Amino acid sequence: MQTTAVNGANYLTYQGKYKGLLGWILSTDHKRIGLLYLYSIATMFTTGVLLGLAMKFELLAPGKTIMEAQTYNSVFTVHGVIMIFMVVVPGLPAVFGNLMLPIMIGARDVAFPKLNLLSWWLYVAGVFLVLAALLFGKGSPDTGWTFYAPYSFKTGTNMLPAIFGAFVLGFSSILTGLNFLVTIHRLRCKGMKWMKLPLFVWTLYGTAWIQLLATPVVGITLVLVALERVFGVGIFDPALGGDPILYQHLFWIYSHPAVYIMILPAMGAISEIIPTFSQKHIFGYKALIASTMAIAFVGYLVWGHHMFTAGMSGTAQYYFSLLTFIVAIPSAIKVFNWISTLYKGSINVQTPFYWAVSFIFVFMIGGLSGLVLGALATDVHVHDTAFVVAHFHYIVFGGTGFAFFAAIHYWFPKIFGRMYDKAWANTGWLVFFVGFLALYTPMFYLGMMGMPRRYYDYLEEFHGGNILSTFGSWVLATGFIIIVVNLVRSARKGAPAEANPWHGKTLEWTVPSPPPVLNFDEEPVLGEKDGPYNYE
Amino acid sequence: MEHAHHVEHPDMYDAESSKVGMWLFIFTELLLFGALFVIYAVYRYMNPDAFHLAGEELNRVIGTVNTVILLISSMTIAMATTALQKGQRNVAIGLVSITFVIGLVFLVNKYFEWGVKFSHGIWPGSEHMMNEMSHGEILFFGLYFVMTGLHALHIIIGMAIMVFAVRGLVRGKVHADRPSLLDNCGLYWHLVDLIWIFLFPLFYLIH
Repeated sequence: MQTTAVNGANYLTYQGKYKGLLGWILSTDHKRIGLLYLYSIATMFTTGVLLGLAMKFELLAPGKTIMEAQTYNSVFTVHGVIMIFMVVVPGLPAVFGNLMLPIMIGARDVAFPKLNLLSWWLYVAGVFLVLAALLFGKGSPDTGWTFYAPYSFKTGTNMLPAIFGAFVLGFSSILTGLNFLVTIHRLRCKGMKWMKLPLFVWTLYGTAWIQLLATPVVGITLVLVALERVFGVGIFDPALGGDPILYQHLFWIYSHPAVYIMILPAMGAISEIIPTFSQKHIFGYKALIASTMAIAFVGYLVWGHHMFTAGMSGTAQYYFSLLTFIVAIPSAIKVFNWISTLYKGSINVQTPFYWAVSFIFVFMIGGLSGLVLGALATDVHVHDTAFVVAHFHYIVFGGTGFAFFAAIHYWFPKIFGRMYDKAWANTGWLVFFVGFLALYTPMFYLGMMGMPRRYYDYLEEFHGGNILSTFGSWVLATGFIIIVVNLVRSARKGAPAEANPWHGKTLEWTVPSPPPVLNFDEEPVLGEKDGPYNYE
Repeated sequence: MEHAHHVEHPDMYDAESSKVGMWLFIFTELLLFGALFVIYAVYRYMNPDAFHLAGEELNRVIGTVNTVILLISSMTIAMATTALQKGQRNVAIGLVSITFVIGLVFLVNKYFEWGVKFSHGIWPGSEHMMNEMSHGEILFFGLYFVMTGLHALHIIIGMAIMVFAVRGLVRGKVHADRPSLLDNCGLYWHLVDLIWIFLFPLFYLIH
């Protein structure tokens, strides 16, 4: 059945049925699809960063700096839609899940390679739909990425393509999740028992369930908003008897689990990197699995904490607040286990390691500030202020974003078969990290002092903090440029990488760099004593 | 073409994977409709009288006929699956075709049903609804059109899958040892049927 690969041909260079660019955009090879996602997501991330920089520049001084209020509304909406639906939700699963998942479980590909390619095409279609909303029609969407009713069907701006685009992106996400679930259930190699799966695979598994079970709810909710705009069916329109609060419930029933779609694979990547660079078995393997599944499950039950001030019974508030505190526990277990893995390890300080430990640092600040928002009394004080923005970016950018950079620096030699310039990579990390802290830390303070979010203007008393924050955005952008230039250059000209430069124990390090087309010459078999973290 | 440079992926057909994949997809469909059922439950609870009144407007005869024929169609597609297992390809093709026709009849009934509503001035945003109906009735008909409309869309998708299944049967790509496409077509059709089994009492029968 298997046609053998030409000697020396790897997934980057082989010649399939189609040539050139078509050989990429029509390829069903999971590794090529992973790279397609990497390039698409990197493009969208850069776009989102530019919009973020524009916002920070606007906030450099009170009053109008570079844009009108309406433009600012559009910019934060589009920044949010791009960053959430096109970057952090697909982020790690679509890029590193596609690139590494089949190899990590000893498979040739995912269960449904064609469906996998369809997912990427749907992603691209969704991107273009949202971009169409910017270019055509009466003004860019200005509702915020949450599309709250009733404004989302009352505003005159071009909402329909954006909503439809988000729907299509959701469909893409569902198909990726479905594919990974079946892959993990059906395609593990001999000896790859559930309790021998690498933790990254476990987190992809938990994530896939959330993608599958939460996304349809927001899908239909967005459809209803679109129908509301076109036909006026009344379901979320208070003028016709509908209830806009119901929209918020349905939206957050998806969108809260979605933040676990964002963070779980990030935690998985960190759980791979920490033991590799400590050369030590991961501490509490089973506890990490249990906490992954606990997050995936409890994450469904906490959506109401986004709506404490929106109108909700006291009982519901207590319930949601309590569950929010409970869902913090598994995350804390993970942090505890990562730190314990470091203890007495032979630590190899490399770029991915820097990213991983800085991830733990910012993730903890982000997580603990989340408890401030999960507590009922303090939430009323800081709701809809810059504090929320700071918390959210500490978790999603500092969490998922840092883990993404950790993962790209970890798997880069495997993906491209070349090593990056480590000195530049470390410099990039340091500049980025400092910029990040300067950008978001002042916003905690500004929020506590009462600066509301989503305004292009602010009172004079908030000026100092905003200057620091804007300055931080420039430092962060500099770091980002250093990182990207270094990686792009190294992918072409870097020194050839060994198969296992970090001495990892998971299966992807047993194949050549870059991996051959079919991953393994022979299906690998895991013996009794083999395991993902069995260091001497 | 130089054969030495041509690398093909191995044939990865696995009936179990296909089945698991389809079930997972069905979960997503259930949640899609599940959200609508939640909305229905909330608004019915808030407007019991209006929902009662509006429900009287629906034609129970057409609803019942559609329910019966849809149940029959679920039977015929299940029979097609069994026929294929026994290697009776032509019987399977015939049974899928019958199912397809029943789906078409369902849609025709739906067309007339909606047509009557339109002729009575009932459609989302119509003048009649805005001026003469209570909020509860507007919500009832809003949900009625959205949910039966979305269901009809699923009927159409199910019928499209049948076209592919028949094509596979005719070309010999779907056979007793490789029945996944027809099996999944059947599973999907049962889902469409199942959703209707809930829609029918919720809109036509409960008072």
